[in-house]
Amino acid sequence: MRALRVVVVTVVVVFLLAPLVVIAVGSVNVNRYLNFPPEGFSLSWYAQLFTDSGWRTSIRYSVTIAGISAALAVLVATPLAYVLRSYRIRLAPLLYTLGILPFMLPPIISALGMQVFWLSTGHVGRIENVIIAHAIFFSTLPLVTISLAMETMDQALPEAARTLGADQRTTFRTITLPLLVPSMVTGYAAAFVLSLNEYIIAFLVAGFTVETLPVKIVNGLRYGFTPTIAAVAVVFIVIAATTFTLFAIFGNLMRFLGADPAILEKNEAA
Amino acid sequence: MNANEKPSSRTLGVLAFPVGMLVVFFLIPFGIMVATSFYHRDPGAFYTPAFEFANWERLFQPVFLERALFSIGICLLAGAVCIAIAFPFTYFLTRMRRRPHVALLIVVLSALSLSEVIVAFSWYILLGRASGISNILVWLGIMNESAAYQPSFAAVLLGLCYIAFPYCILTLYPQLTRLDPEITEAAQTLGASPWRTFWTVVVPIARPIIVAGFLLVFVFTLGSYIIAFFLGRPEHWTLSVFIADQASANANVPFASTMAIFLTVLSLVVVGLVGLIESRTRRLT
Repeated sequence: MRALRVVVVTVVVVFLLAPLVVIAVGSVNVNRYLNFPPEGFSLSWYAQLFTDSGWRTSIRYSVTIAGISAALAVLVATPLAYVLRSYRIRLAPLLYTLGILPFMLPPIISALGMQVFWLSTGHVGRIENVIIAHAIFFSTLPLVTISLAMETMDQALPEAARTLGADQRTTFRTITLPLLVPSMVTGYAAAFVLSLNEYIIAFLVAGFTVETLPVKIVNGLRYGFTPTIAAVAVVFIVIAATTFTLFAIFGNLMRFLGADPAILEKNEAA
Repeated sequence: MNANEKPSSRTLGVLAFPVGMLVVFFLIPFGIMVATSFYHRDPGAFYTPAFEFANWERLFQPVFLERALFSIGICLLAGAVCIAIAFPFTYFLTRMRRRPHVALLIVVLSALSLSEVIVAFSWYILLGRASGISNILVWLGIMNESAAYQPSFAAVLLGLCYIAFPYCILTLYPQLTRLDPEITEAAQTLGASPWRTFWTVVVPIARPIIVAGFLLVFVFTLGSYIIAFFLGRPEHWTLSVFIADQASANANVPFASTMAIFLTVLSLVVVGLVGLIESRTRRLT
């Protein structure tokens, strides 16, 4: 069993890290074509990322879309999660399902739906089309994080505020909303990162006019590999790994992912 | 705040924005897509509104059914491979001390945050002839000359497993951390070997979550687009690739819509199964 454990863990770690190593090596290769063993060391591909106007435009598109659509996703999710979890509404299960449905279905469904929708309105190829499409598709993430926070919130707090004479609106503004902020931030971050990475919706909705980073990478790959693509990938990975490492240091990563604290303590003692 | 309180009309008004957004930008587009599936495709001029079943008839032709079965088959296989590796891995992970535990979680989450585009691209290189795994083997003297392993069925399967693997681990993780070590210790005190304990105690307890994780990987890989497009030949394409191909390259939006509705129904059936399993698990714990 111990031998099996070493083998399984090693194989998985190598498997998960292999692509990361390849792109890290490719991004600093001097040669324009990736060759093995690699030749030399150069950071010029990273520099190109910030000097080349094509890449800069794509970065701007991607960050704008991710930033605004994630905010819109939180705006859609917060009232839904709050009202559905604090009042008795007969249609609540149905409305919650409507909120998580876009993300449950394969992204191609939302992509094609948005494509025919914008075609029928005649308003095609605009950046706001992608922003709305991403906001709806990723609103599931803040909806889930905020709903979970509503369920685990201590009900005595808003009740105390009501007893002390605060009306519904004041209670929400001064008690409930501040307690929901962490889950709103988590939902925003998740929607932001996934929007940055999303390809098929961005491509079908406005891929020919609004070239986001993933769309530009795929278009670039059709004409062969460039180390700049590897450099983009490395920047993405560093951002993600830093976020999670900070989470692990300042927050409790294991708790956040659903581990049971009591059992973890037993492991530690064993 | 009482969960049994009836909402005032003002509170219901708060719902107008989110529900309105979801109706206008999800349900209405879906409705338009359903309507489009009955439209007529003009080879020259895109498509015109009509009410015909041509696209639906095409859906039930052997050529298409074969494609649909291939997609379902490769995604089921990806689910099986993922569970077979992710389950023992997650079990070992949850029994580790804090430091390696957190470090491995960061590796898993970093892989999770990789764009599908970047995953496809790096495996494209790793499995390629110019600078991939085979070049390393040649360099080490194990192989005589480099070889290309993509495009191929195995490459698509590998890519699908890669993107689904972190999700699979995170589905199994909460349940497996809740598995009290005292249970496995008890089995071993009673004389069972660790191997026997794993098969006769851990796996049976975790069976519902194994099934849920398997189906989750299935739906997730069914939605993947770039992996099959880059790492496979057209005969390895999944439904998502066909839909996107018909919608963009072939400009046959009506048939793309028909296939999309087929995919929606298929996914809803599987998601429904997951929901059923999860509600049953919750009752047990």
